[in-house]
Amino acid sequence: MRHWKYILPLVIFAVLVGFFVRGLDLKPAEVPSPLIGKPAPALNLKPLLDTKPGLADADLKGGLVLVNFFASWCGPCRIEHPLLMDIAAKKIVPILGVNYKDKPEDAKAWLANLGDPFAKIGVDFDGRTAIDWGVYGVPESFLVDANGIILAKQIGPMMQKDWNERFLPKIKERSK
Amino acid sequence: MIAEIGHYALVLALFVALIQAVLPLVGAQRGDAAWMAVGSQAALALFLLVGAAFGALTYAYVVSDFSLANVAQNSHSAKPMLYKISGVWGNHEGSLLLWVTILAVFGLAVAAFGGNLPPRLKARVLSVQAMISTGFLLFILLTSNPFARLAQPPFDGNGLNPLLQDPGLAFHPPFLYLGYVGFSMAFSFAIAALIEGRVDAAWARWVRPWTLAAWCFLTLGIGLGSWWAYYELGWGGWWYWDPVENASFMPWLAGTALLHSAVVVEKRDALKTWTILLAIVTFSLSLLGTFLVRSGVITSVHSFASDPARGLFILAMLVATVGGSLVLFAVRGPALKGGGLFAPVSREGSLLLNNLLMSTAAATVLLGTLYPLFVDALGGGKVSVGPPFFNAVFVPLMVPMVLAMAVGPLLSWKRGDLAGVLMRLKLALALAAAAAALAWLVMGGQPKTLAASGGLALAAWLFVGTLVEFAGRLLLFRAPLAESWTRLRALPGAAWGMAITHASMAVLIGGITGSSAWMEEKIQVMKVGETVMLAGHEVTLTNVRDERGPNYLAQRGTFVLKKNGQTVVTLEPEKRSYRQPPRPTTETAIHTTFWGDYYTVIGDADGQGGYVVRLYFNPMVAWMWVGILMMTLGGIVSLADRRHRIGAPVRKRAAQPAAT
Repeated sequence: MRHWKYILPLVIFAVLVGFFVRGLDLKPAEVPSPLIGKPAPALNLKPLLDTKPGLADADLKGGLVLVNFFASWCGPCRIEHPLLMDIAAKKIVPILGVNYKDKPEDAKAWLANLGDPFAKIGVDFDGRTAIDWGVYGVPESFLVDANGIILAKQIGPMMQKDWNERFLPKIKERSK
Repeated sequence: MIAEIGHYALVLALFVALIQAVLPLVGAQRGDAAWMAVGSQAALALFLLVGAAFGALTYAYVVSDFSLANVAQNSHSAKPMLYKISGVWGNHEGSLLLWVTILAVFGLAVAAFGGNLPPRLKARVLSVQAMISTGFLLFILLTSNPFARLAQPPFDGNGLNPLLQDPGLAFHPPFLYLGYVGFSMAFSFAIAALIEGRVDAAWARWVRPWTLAAWCFLTLGIGLGSWWAYYELGWGGWWYWDPVENASFMPWLAGTALLHSAVVVEKRDALKTWTILLAIVTFSLSLLGTFLVRSGVITSVHSFASDPARGLFILAMLVATVGGSLVLFAVRGPALKGGGLFAPVSREGSLLLNNLLMSTAAATVLLGTLYPLFVDALGGGKVSVGPPFFNAVFVPLMVPMVLAMAVGPLLSWKRGDLAGVLMRLKLALALAAAAAALAWLVMGGQPKTLAASGGLALAAWLFVGTLVEFAGRLLLFRAPLAESWTRLRALPGAAWGMAITHASMAVLIGGITGSSAWMEEKIQVMKVGETVMLAGHEVTLTNVRDERGPNYLAQRGTFVLKKNGQTVVTLEPEKRSYRQPPRPTTETAIHTTFWGDYYTVIGDADGQGGYVVRLYFNPMVAWMWVGILMMTLGGIVSLADRRHRIGAPVRKRAAQPAAT
């Protein structure tokens, strides 16, 4: 090849594109959680609503649950909300809501407006529970089994794809 | 209604761009003057349509039309007007619209000021510009419509991240984009030249001012971003080697190389294929930055909300633009004939050295930025590459670069006399040694002594070397002063520009060296009434109180800075908690002096009457900002060189001697 020098930039670029294509499927922001496979941290929170209880450690020992950290001021929470409503309507798994750094009246208005998918809701006003759980932004969701072990974690809004691929199989496996 | 007009204008713009992409190109191939002329008219139409769309979105922001999803998500009725307007480009959709608008402005500029371009070249350049516009317009219309309406408009908007509500940042994106998009001009000229199969001095003369203008904007844009990070983030630093910073730095490095290699093409008819490749690479790196920031492939503190569908689209666009141009380069590149020969030690040789070092630097930054992706894609897990890597590879590349920067301009074309030049640089060498010795004496073997001495020596060497070169042009002290004065007045803008930018680099290096080597920090808990020593000054925390702002609560601390008991200045940093969105920000208070900045940050209370405070003495930081302003100024002065406007050398007929 006499003209290899002229083709070289194209070859380098092609290799880069290969990595980019692969990179689109990777999610660099998702640092794997060290909590997966470990017992869930403590959960003792006062109730948000008068009509629903708050959260206690015992709630993590009764069966499979989905723990969801949300806030009324959080945009992506709005995106995943319809899916949570759907999960609640189909009674696939009870959802425990943790209202993160929110004004109670804002959170109540938000739920009244968009619907309430949660079985129980606790108030994490100062965000300490979120720190214990290693949450670094809302929304985040954890699938916890009957022994209180974290099976899966979703960072950012739960999308149908994530739910179908990473959560549903685990739920089906446990409920056999 | 206005928003729908804006949306409709974008759709029309897409069709105009398609026409502009095809007709002039075909016309140039066939030699059809009428078809070629379509390019200029289409460029005007494209500008008007895209401008109308941009105006429509700006209007929606100004009047806070929350029925637009984009406005509702990013604006708030209580925001000051400046941030309502800057909100237009403070989000993914709006920033893309700004991008195409600037592209249309550049297209219009070619149509309007390209009167002295050969019609074929002009037609092809406009066509390539329109191809880029087509890609971006499709991207906006298919994946990122800024005019999407909400079925149920909210009562008020979500507001803009308070960190971004800042004058420094309001103008940072437009300047960056003027830079990125400006490099599309060099790209379009390169593609046109490849199609035409010819690159000559006239071509280089046309490309240079566009590249220079883009470079000035980018320099200023990067400078503004760095300045903002320095005073707003409250970490005391000004450059973090964050992927998004790197994304703007890579085109700057490649663009700087391009500016220098274009000189060789213009003056000596050499380095042609290399220059063409650099033009392609510079713009490709600008596009790559767009891809990295918006696709979610790389994590960064300030990426836009990413979306894989958008990522795929930009990647497709990247493949079409960069891949297409590199295929064209592979096919047509070998046909470009190289020109003048030169010895390694010559002006050309030194410019080539600049190119090698600048491109290596750009490649290194690219490698460091993408390394986490490479490792992750190959199954190696999550890693991050930080300042230690970049500093370790960047500094060794810049040292020879700066050494050569003083020598290169003194060398003559074709074959230079290195010994003679070094003789002329005796003064620079002596002052560099003096600066190093001084730094050594002052520091006396502290950890960063070597870096400080080396950095200051380089700065002195470059500054004095540049002055020597400038004085040489004037025959200062070798001819009567009157003659020097006459020569000074006749000196072309390009010569002034080079002297100013090279000297500004010296100032910048001085600032970087000083701020890295002599930085002092005190991070501790202070109670009201306590005093600490910072860089020979007593700093006393005299008061902490609560303040209420329009949309935030603040805790304001008062520091009194004293030297030998005399009050120098009172500084009042704040820690603010914004309500919508709920986010804390730090407002630093900085006292700037010639030799350094006294930089104060107040943090949380520790619950026992104390406050976490961060006090920095950042030496010579102002030098960096002055250096960047000088650098931009140098570019502008060079741009004002009248030869750029009138004297494009007449294009010779293809100078192939008839083979007899």
